[in-house]
Amino acid sequence: MEARELTLRYGTKAAIQKVSLAILDRRVTALIGPSGCGKSTFLRSLNRMNDLIPGTNHTGTILLDDTDIHDRSVDVVDLRRRVGMVFQKSNPFPKSIFENVAYGLRVGGMKDKAALAQRVEKSLRGAALWDEVKDRLHDSALGLSGGQQQRLCIARALAVEPQVLLMDEPASALDPIATAKIEELIHELKSTYTIAIVTHNMQQAARVSDRTAFFYMGELVECGPTEQIFTNPREKRTEDYVTGKFG
Amino acid sequence: MDRQATMEQGLTQTAFAPALSPAARRRQLREKAIAGIITLMAFTGIAALILIIVFVAKEALALFTDPAARHEASLSKMFLAQDVPAGRPAFRWQPVSKIPKVSMIPLFVGTLKTTVVSMMVAVPLGVFGALFAAEFAPRRLRELLKPVIELLAGIPSVVLGFFALMVMSTVVKDVFHFDRPLNAMVAGLGLALAIVPVIFTVSEDALTAVPRSYREASLALGATPWETAWKVVLPAAAPGILAACVLGFGRAIGETMIVLMASGNADVISWSLGDSARSLSATIAAEMGEVVVGSPHYSLLFFIGVQLFIFTFVLNLLASTWTKRVMRRLTGGAA
Amino acid sequence: MKHATRRTVGLALTAFTGLCAFVIVAVLALILADILEGGAAGVTWTFLTQPPSDGMMGGGIFPAIFGTAALTLLMTVAVMPVGVLTAVYLHEYAPPDSLFARWVRVAVVNLAGVPSIVFGLFGLGFFILFVGRGMDRVFGHEEMYWAQPGILWASLTLAVLTLPVVIVSTEEALRAVPLDHRTASLALGATQSQTLARVVLPGALPGILTGAVLAISRGAGEVAPILFTGAAYFLPELPTHLNSQFMHLGYHTYVMATQSPDVEATRPLLYATVLVLLLLTFALNLVAVIIRTRTRRKAAGAH
Repeated sequence: MEARELTLRYGTKAAIQKVSLAILDRRVTALIGPSGCGKSTFLRSLNRMNDLIPGTNHTGTILLDDTDIHDRSVDVVDLRRRVGMVFQKSNPFPKSIFENVAYGLRVGGMKDKAALAQRVEKSLRGAALWDEVKDRLHDSALGLSGGQQQRLCIARALAVEPQVLLMDEPASALDPIATAKIEELIHELKSTYTIAIVTHNMQQAARVSDRTAFFYMGELVECGPTEQIFTNPREKRTEDYVTGKFG
Repeated sequence: MDRQATMEQGLTQTAFAPALSPAARRRQLREKAIAGIITLMAFTGIAALILIIVFVAKEALALFTDPAARHEASLSKMFLAQDVPAGRPAFRWQPVSKIPKVSMIPLFVGTLKTTVVSMMVAVPLGVFGALFAAEFAPRRLRELLKPVIELLAGIPSVVLGFFALMVMSTVVKDVFHFDRPLNAMVAGLGLALAIVPVIFTVSEDALTAVPRSYREASLALGATPWETAWKVVLPAAAPGILAACVLGFGRAIGETMIVLMASGNADVISWSLGDSARSLSATIAAEMGEVVVGSPHYSLLFFIGVQLFIFTFVLNLLASTWTKRVMRRLTGGAA
Repeated sequence: MKHATRRTVGLALTAFTGLCAFVIVAVLALILADILEGGAAGVTWTFLTQPPSDGMMGGGIFPAIFGTAALTLLMTVAVMPVGVLTAVYLHEYAPPDSLFARWVRVAVVNLAGVPSIVFGLFGLGFFILFVGRGMDRVFGHEEMYWAQPGILWASLTLAVLTLPVVIVSTEEALRAVPLDHRTASLALGATQSQTLARVVLPGALPGILTGAVLAISRGAGEVAPILFTGAAYFLPELPTHLNSQFMHLGYHTYVMATQSPDVEATRPLLYATVLVLLLLTFALNLVAVIIRTRTRRKAAGAH
């Protein structure tokens, strides 16, 4: 997945300026930068969640399998099934655990009960949650702990089997143990999924990602292998940020 | 998707664009159809309002187009004093007598009398009650007060009319030594019961919208809670309270059953509260049942309906403008 | 002014506002007590299940209860889809700053302020004389079939009257559904209508029910709009067709209270009728208040 010269405006104010960035297959790409730098906006434009905010417009292209996702041939519903998203605040539906995971499948038209159950189990296993919830699949999802809820949201996103998984600060509201579990999970997921993760936490970026992109004031300053960005950045601004001089 | 040249600027190849899949097209069409139906449904509210005024006015139109009706009930006969044999009042509403008399003045007087009485009672009760709930009442009491007011608002007006007729009329007659049990006073007090909840609720909303910081600033300057409420909170919420009163006024003008049951319904012009009164709304209710469809009298009743519609419409617009203004000022929002 | 005086004056005036609040509550209590006292003895099984007899001097009010129920049922069926979908349009579908949505809001606010008697005129002028006559012409009824007062027209008139109640409650309910749930659903590839049907409406259901209950309570108590659109004073048989006239608790109260030849003789029956009407509307209101308080508390806890 790749963005080319993507500029996105809220009204007339540009939130991101001419960003060109590739999210490589089966790699974890971390988007870092100070608050308001446009990294979340960029992430949300990858599955067109920004369409929901009135007054946004864009120029440039975002390619997924060589097709511009804004092309008329691309249906936004199909796009979002291929590019899943996990949000900063866990947001399970007030339904049972099972129904939460099955939601994307049901709206996609899957009716066969056995197939649904199979996919739910697979997704929950994929999100390393199965063992914790297998005995209470039909209890409300709101009874889970914060970390479990976030993993449930990941399972829910995995259930529709997307190619790309976007994560918007998925662990920022969690305690260290739950965060570690999520990070471990990201590690496992990257063998099957292409992942882009926005994070505030530079240690986390360093731990989980293969590539890191540094955003500043709506622009992409630098992008490269994570190790290089953190040890030997090309840009002064990147160095200042990763060494904690501002941000 | 695994590309080299990741940071290259500009398009390196033309995007490959197949047509939209049939499933996606069907889905998009279905979504459009659903959105269309929902939008169409939303039109009902506007349509209803337009149909109401159009069809009520349509039945009244004969007064202006039909020569016979125009003769029997001209605007001057409705609103100006008529030459009548000596010793008889010049304004009468007797549309079914041999020589129909169609002056609306007694109806206006009757409506005004009952409405003013109700406002004199309901405004202080509602506004001060709301002030108490918003400023002084302990939280528990306030949480009890609101449902109680909602219950009062939930009493059907016919029940309030019944109460005014069966209970209040006797009490009022004894207290004020009126000649007749059914009069403008009883009807007005009955109306007050119907509009107190409106005034209370809207006032309370306006008062609670006043930011806490206003109160804290005033209290910090050494004002007592009462002075804070009176000099800071009340003025800040004033347009909202005015709106509450206007809404209550509109409700009182239009309310039918209470006045119909408790006012006595005589077309007298008198400013005494002990006399019977006939309001615009009650006139429609009382006479529509016996009227010949299409007759001048019938059109007259619809014409009264048009007037009621216009009065309340204007009052409502005023009230909603003021409410919006107070909310905008207090929340500081641009919306 | 000395501090002590200021305090005393303040306290006195505060007490006065408390008195105002108390008077409102006291009057409500007085009304309830009077009606309960006058009517409790009259509400018997026979009263609830028998038609009136002896020229309204005896018997029960079953046809009025049935008529009121049938009327409000028809009204609810008519008003709920329109009201809920209008609120859905306003809150979920309307583009921001939509002029149309603003007009709808203005119309709804003003509709709520139209006097109920004007709704009665509207029901007569529009439903009976326009729609009814038109239907008779189309279906070739020789004599009046639809162009006369009947339960269908009365219920549709009430549906228009209660439309604002449903719209306002539904919109409040929709506001209480967290935005997160909509975003999550859309991000999973649900369409807008799927999100609406599977996440938003179920989440708003308690509030929508509150709206329905409030509308029913309002509709059950209104008399002015049905005066010329279908209510009948004495009609021992129950309404069987959509164009049948019907008895109604509120209308029954009005006629018995104002046109009874012998007020003293009918007083117990009258009180009992009022008590039934009041219990009905109060029970409905109470249900609405309880659902609403509960959802508000839940909504407050969720944020």
